[in-house]
Amino acid sequence: MGYKAKFRVWRGEGGEGALEDFVVEVNEGEVVLDVIHRLQATQAPDLAVRWNCKAGKCGSCSVEINGKPRLGCMTRMSTFTEYETITVTPMRTFPVIKDLVCDVSFNYQKAREIPSFTPPDNVKPGEYRMQQIDVERSQEFRKCIECFMCNNVCHVIRDHEENKPAFAGPRFLMRIAELDMHPYDVADRKDSAQEEHGLGYCNITKCCTEVCPEHIKITDNALIPMKERVVDRKYDPLVWLGSKIFKRPGSSNPSGSKAG
Amino acid sequence: MTQTTAGRPPSEPSQRKQRAQIKARTLRTDRWWLAPAITFAALSSFLVYGFWAIFDKSYFIEPYIAPFSSPCLATSCPEGARFLGLAPLGDWWTLPPGFLILGLPAGFRLTCYYYRKGYYRAFWLSPPACGVGEPHKKYTGETRLPLIIQNVHRYFFYGAILIAAVLTWDAVLALRDHEGNWGHVGLGTVILWINVVLIWAYTLSCHSCRHITAGRLNHFSKHPVRYKMWTFVSKLNSRHMLLAWLSMYSVMLADLYVRLVAKGIVNFPLA
Repeated sequence: MGYKAKFRVWRGEGGEGALEDFVVEVNEGEVVLDVIHRLQATQAPDLAVRWNCKAGKCGSCSVEINGKPRLGCMTRMSTFTEYETITVTPMRTFPVIKDLVCDVSFNYQKAREIPSFTPPDNVKPGEYRMQQIDVERSQEFRKCIECFMCNNVCHVIRDHEENKPAFAGPRFLMRIAELDMHPYDVADRKDSAQEEHGLGYCNITKCCTEVCPEHIKITDNALIPMKERVVDRKYDPLVWLGSKIFKRPGSSNPSGSKAG
Repeated sequence: MTQTTAGRPPSEPSQRKQRAQIKARTLRTDRWWLAPAITFAALSSFLVYGFWAIFDKSYFIEPYIAPFSSPCLATSCPEGARFLGLAPLGDWWTLPPGFLILGLPAGFRLTCYYYRKGYYRAFWLSPPACGVGEPHKKYTGETRLPLIIQNVHRYFFYGAILIAAVLTWDAVLALRDHEGNWGHVGLGTVILWINVVLIWAYTLSCHSCRHITAGRLNHFSKHPVRYKMWTFVSKLNSRHMLLAWLSMYSVMLADLYVRLVAKGIVNFPLA
């Protein structure tokens, strides 16, 4: 059975704008993105919204619904009561282009700053041999659909714009962890994670994990393990001493792959 | 049907790189404040209890010793309460025994990755909840003093293992009756054993423990034993929050129970 829902949608350009009220039809089985599309079709033809797959796999329709970062296509209307006013706003952390569409180029910039997968010189493509247990930790992080809701919700940059140059955000700290855990990656990523990409800013309040639509355990499986690896490198005198006594390499060994 | 609630000024080209100017601290409509409020109350109650317990002198009655006062390492401790019958600190230590050792478990919990989340949210409001603006104008996180000290967590983990071992020994001794005969099982014995199991589970579920077992390695396949340990710790680690709360309350309740028995307030057969 359909009903008329109350929606408040942020509309504006370049940051300036306001919430506009709408009353719009909702039918059984619909998601918030369906309702936004109905608004476009019936009441606000110039309403801008980014979307693509409608299946929770492209990460395009990230918005904030009642203040929480959500994918519009994966937020069922049945999770709200018929009497509730549903507020839809663009992601707060990124500049707005128009209405619900943000400029997420901050994320692409941060992605470019991370050195890509760096295999050892003496292993040629086609010669990689890895066991499943060696790569399955990293595979969890490959589920990321780059919706950037983790970076959006992270208070380090959400509430402190000035931290943006120094902080890559959970999405890209997870990328660093993914590469650092890779058995064939030889780049030194621990110092740079702390010094260049701002791992120390993370105070592990787990909002990134809470909003991840792929349910990646970003904090427990990527950020904290990466913090521990940084502790090995920078803050643990016993590990430092052990590496000197046993000549255990910090990041690489003669075969080219990392310690352990 | 549209109804504009506020005027929408035309945008200027110079403003095009701004975020949405929304003044509300949050647009969340759920009870986001509830979880940090509960955390605040629960951690505060633990601190208040701990402060009382550390000065309370009724910490020992055969065969039980209160966890907050164990190990007892000075001659000021009753003879039966001394750890392994020893008093290495002699008679110069006159403060309550808890002062000597509580720094280890306290530091372990203070620097614990779960508790950090808890108190950063509940006490420091940084942030109070996801998508809720924090009140601070500046934020540097754990990049500098004092919070960079949180990186010492693994050393407190080593200390916490020692404390868990001591509590295990206390639980073993609780299997004797007040005359020293083995085979006694009172309510206190059961409580101490439940506590020690939870303490071990919490300690071993620690993120630093997970890292030390094998998390730091990149080739699990070359270290099958360490990989198995890591898998076990990872399973515990997924319940780290639950274990943190359960063990915090179990140690508090076990401590309180022993003190109540020692004070004579709880007094029944097999207490």
